[in-house]
Parts: sequence; structure tokens; C-alpha cells
Amino acid sequence: MTEQNTKSPGFWGRIWRQFRHYKLGMVGLVIVVVMFLVAFFAPMLASERPILCRFDGKLYAPAVIDTFRQIPLVGRVIFHSPPFNRASFVFKQEFNPRRGDWALWTPIPFGPLEMAALPLQSPSRLHMLGTDEVGRDILSRMIHGTSVSMKVGFISMGIAVLIGLFFGAIAGYAGGWTDISISRFIEIIMCFPTFFLILGILAWFPPRIENVMIVIGLTNWVGIARYARGEIIRLRGSDFTTAARALGAGHSRIIFRHLLPNSLAPVMISVTFGIATAILVEAGLSWLGFGVQPPDPSWGNMLRSGYDNLFTAPHLIPPPCVAIFIAVLAFNLVGDALRDVIDPRLQGSMK
Amino acid sequence: MRMIPNIPPMARYLMRRFMTGLVTLFGITIITFVIIKLAPGDPAQARTVGLQGKRVSERVYQQLREYYGLDQPVYVQYYNWMDRLCHLDFGTSFYDGRAVASKIRDALWPTMSVAILSILLAFIISTPIGIYSAARQNGPFDRSVSTTLYMVYSIPSYVIGMLLILYLGVKLELFPFRGMHSDNYAQLSTLGKCIDLGRHYFMITVCETVGSLAYYSRFVRQNLLEVIRQDYIRTARAKGLSETQVILKHAFVNSLIPFITLLGLTFPALLSGSVILETMFNWPGLGRLFFESVLQRDYPTLMALNFITAVMVLAGTLLADLAYGLVDPRVSYD
Repeated sequence: MTEQNTKSPGFWGRIWRQFRHYKLGMVGLVIVVVMFLVAFFAPMLASERPILCRFDGKLYAPAVIDTFRQIPLVGRVIFHSPPFNRASFVFKQEFNPRRGDWALWTPIPFGPLEMAALPLQSPSRLHMLGTDEVGRDILSRMIHGTSVSMKVGFISMGIAVLIGLFFGAIAGYAGGWTDISISRFIEIIMCFPTFFLILGILAWFPPRIENVMIVIGLTNWVGIARYARGEIIRLRGSDFTTAARALGAGHSRIIFRHLLPNSLAPVMISVTFGIATAILVEAGLSWLGFGVQPPDPSWGNMLRSGYDNLFTAPHLIPPPCVAIFIAVLAFNLVGDALRDVIDPRLQGSMK
Repeated sequence: MRMIPNIPPMARYLMRRFMTGLVTLFGITIITFVIIKLAPGDPAQARTVGLQGKRVSERVYQQLREYYGLDQPVYVQYYNWMDRLCHLDFGTSFYDGRAVASKIRDALWPTMSVAILSILLAFIISTPIGIYSAARQNGPFDRSVSTTLYMVYSIPSYVIGMLLILYLGVKLELFPFRGMHSDNYAQLSTLGKCIDLGRHYFMITVCETVGSLAYYSRFVRQNLLEVIRQDYIRTARAKGLSETQVILKHAFVNSLIPFITLLGLTFPALLSGSVILETMFNWPGLGRLFFESVLQRDYPTLMALNFITAVMVLAGTLLADLAYGLVDPRVSYD
């Protein structure tokens, strides 16, 4: 027999096999993947600079370079070649077909910050969702807003997972007074309405997206900690833990190599719902003016500009509403299916 | 057969619950205090920022520091703050000099009335839906309703608010969406006042209701499905009771018990949501007060609001636990 036939699919492989049969979960997953792609390739989907162009006799691919420069650290290695590296260089103005220049534009040839048209225009063929109060293309801003939401969702939950697993693992593994004090601390945190806590902390720091991510992460870990604690208590007495201890493994090795990896699956459920919450909290904070600051686009601050121009430009409101709804729905669908797979006991109940 | 109520374990349970509640309360005061202490700068600085002349501002700054007790060690500050808290003295607002307690008292009713209304509404609407879905489990009604509700559940309340304002408020001009009553409220007749209030309450109440609606009806359905599997339901059916009687009289009443805990959970969520909704609808409640105090860097109001809301949530969960024990004799207190 070949090796492949005897190899067990492993824990995650088994989850994936079952997950595939949940239609709604798969729909959610597809939406999440699409949003991911839109977020990453935003500079190649909507930009004031072309994907590929010939300018003054040379070939350039500014939008492609913009895309890759988003990756952390890559921005220090890959640079725009002149003249595209100059902030004052506006390609659309310098573009001159008579000289032999040509350009392959992005599907939406407007940047998220580019004032491309008259303000507050209704949807037209050129600007499919219309323009906002300073004449920026709304569709382009929606696309770039996706990456803000995705970033906030994943990074803030990443922070929450680290904190939650840390406290949950310690509480569950140590037991006794450590457990009691950590559990009590979690109970205290849960008494504060989340939004009050977030705003209460955020009020003292400059409203930047990094701070929003950190504060959402700092306030969102309690659910994860509780999940992890329960799992670790369950696994602490299991045979493989005893075996590991008998082999002379230290506490940290038991926690990090044996207990935590085995308790990750239920934590995943909580994380998926947490991302949905983080996305809607970020949009809410941006609506209040505490999240992403204009002119940078976020679904929340775009919704706010709709609120501020209610009577003159009703077309501003539906796009961000739909986007927030779809994003939250997608993560909820994935989380629900994931829970049905991992923990069939809870089938059908919400969060 | 009902067990004869056994007082001592229950009393012991209550005592223990109350004691942990006290510990939590103490923790709440610490967290509230720490959040304010984390803030860069202090209130004295905030007030002297605009003052002309370095020496004047330095002198005023020192006076203010003394006034707020900021020149004392942190634990003394905490003690003083606690001392005032025990006398229910929340200080005066930095922004308008009003007593914080009276500011909060004014904001309490608008928020609470909407919360109570929306919880009641959600309960009244979701119960029949949940019962019917459970009775015809996986039938066409159950399937279509649960899908719809699932969708609705994923719409944040502020998104619903924006859409309602846009379509019902601006396009159709059916309902007002700024404030609690119209400008000419004082001149209206009693009936007119009621109608005016109702029209203003409508949209914000709907926003808060819709979110919990989906949650509640799934909750009712789920609990009912669990209860239906119990032995005493089989007994009731075996006695020859009609299906309606079994479901409504035997199953439904028992499925209500977990609802009490749910109420305890809904409350903090409603308060959280009220920050955006009340700002959106210009509603003079706790959420908007909190947001305005954040903008005005109004420490005393913020501290008081954080503290009071946390205590309300704590009291809510304690009451829910207590009620749970009273309603369900099966709960053991050991």
C-alpha cells in the first residue's frame, strides 16, 4: 500500500471533510475568501494608477507594486521606480497617448482618496455607486474599506486569542487560587458593556486604526479564555497528559505541546464569531469617529458620511450597510457550521 | 412530586452568590479607577490647557491638583473616591458643572424605557414563532423562518437604524428620528403627547428589538425542543392530552426557565448598542451621555457611568440567578 492510503487525515483534515457538507458554512467560507482576495488585491481592483502602462517609453506596473507593498516588510524591499515614487506625481495628468503612452487601468479606475468627480453624485455608468461629499468614487472606497475590516477582524482577534489562550491555559492548568482569581477577573470584565469599555479606553488615545485593533483585542478575549480554560480542565486529566508527565515533560511543554493544540478547535469557533463582532465594532467606532479617520475609507466612516448627508445623498447609505451585513453574516455562517462539526451537542443554537 | 423546599442550602447559596457579587463589585471599582488612571494627562492638566501665561497656568494647575486630590498617593485617591461612592456622591461634571448623579438620573429613563419596551416586544413576537417552529420542527415554516431570522441576526442594529432613518424617516417621512419629542411637545394635548412620544419611540425601539428577536425565537425553539424530549412530556401525551395542551401547558412553561438567564445577558448588549443608536437618534439616554462625556473628557461622568452600568449588569445577573433558583425547584445549591 502507498503511504497516502494509510495516513490518517488528522484532526483538521477530519473537520474539513465534515465541514464541506455544510452548504451554508461553505457559502460563508467562499464569501470570506472572496473578501480576503478583494482586500488584498484592492490596489489592483480600484486605483488611480494602472496595472500596467507605458509611460515615456518605459513599462511600469504601479498598481501591482502597490499591492505587494502592503505586505509587511515587503514595502522596504520593493519600491516604485521613478517617477512613480514621487508623491506629487499624478499619472492621470502626465499621461500622454500622443507620446505613445498606453495604460491598462484597474477595473475601477479611481483611487479611494482621489477626488475624481463632482461631490454627491448619484450612481452613474462611470461611478457605479456614485460619489461622496468630496467627489471620491464610492465603489473604490468600498473595495479599500474591505481591507480595513478584514485587518481589524483578524489582527484584533489574533491579539484576543493570545491573551485569551494565555489566561485560559494558566487558569485551567493551575487550578486552585490562580483559577479562582482569573475566573473572577473575567467575570468582572464581563460586567462592563463592551462598547463602554472600548470607548472608555479609546478615549485617551489618538483614534488610529492600530489602537482600535488593540483595544478590540484587549476587550474581546474573555470568551476565548473561558473556552480554553474549560477545554484544558477537560484534557488535564486525560491519559496523554499523564503519559507526557510520566515521560518527564515540564509544565510549559505539557501546556504548549500537548494541551493547547488539542484545545484549539473549540477556540476556533469563538474566534470566528469574534471576527464578526470585531468587524461590526470597528464599523461602529468609525461611525462615531473613533475608528478609521477620514480621508481613509472604512465602511463605518462611509456610513457616517451617509448619515451626515441624509437629505442630499441617500445613495451613500446602502453600500456600507450591505457590506457590513454580508461580512458579519459570512463569519457567522462559518462559525455556526464549524460549531456543528466540532461540537455537535450544541447543534443549531446561536453563539 | 415536588420536593419540599429546603431552606438552608438555598440560603447558603444566596450568601455565597452575594459574597462573590461583593468581590466582583470591588473589582468593578478597581477597573473603573484604573481606566481613568491610565489616561495620559490628568483633569487638572486638561482644564489648564487653554490658560494664558505659564505662571498663571502653573499656579492654577497646582490648585486644581490639590482640589482633585491628585497630589496624594494613588491609594489615598482611590480611598477618597470610594468614600464618595459610598455616599452616592459622583461629583460634578467637568463639562457643565452639573451634578453627575442628576445627569445620569435624567438619562436613565430614556434608555431603560426603550430597553424594557424592546425586550417585551421581542418576547411577545418571538414566543409564538419559536413555539410554532418547534412544534413543526424542520417543516417549511420552521425552515424559512429560521433562515430569515438568521439573516436578521447578522444585521447590526445601527445598520438597521440607518436604513430605517433613510427609508421611513427621510424618504417616506413617516417617523421622526431626532430626539424624544417634537419641539411643540409642551403645547400638545395629552393624547397628542402620547402619539408624539410613540412616533419618536418607534424606530429606536424597532432597532433594539430586531437584534434580540432572532436570538429569542431561536432560544424558545431550542429550549422547547429540549423540553419536548423529557419524560414528563411523554407522560402528558400518554394521558391523552391534546398536542396543543401538551405544548402550551406542559412544555412551553418549562422552556421559559432558561429565559431568565437570557434576560441577564440581553441587558449589557442593549446598553452597548445604545451608544451608537442613541447618538444616531439623538436620544437623551445613557449611551449618548457616555459618548458625549468621552468627547468632553468628562472624567467624573465617565467614571460614574462605567461604574453604574457595570453594577446594573452585575445586579441583573445576580437577580437572574436568584430568580432561576426560585422558579426551577430542580436547581441544586450544593
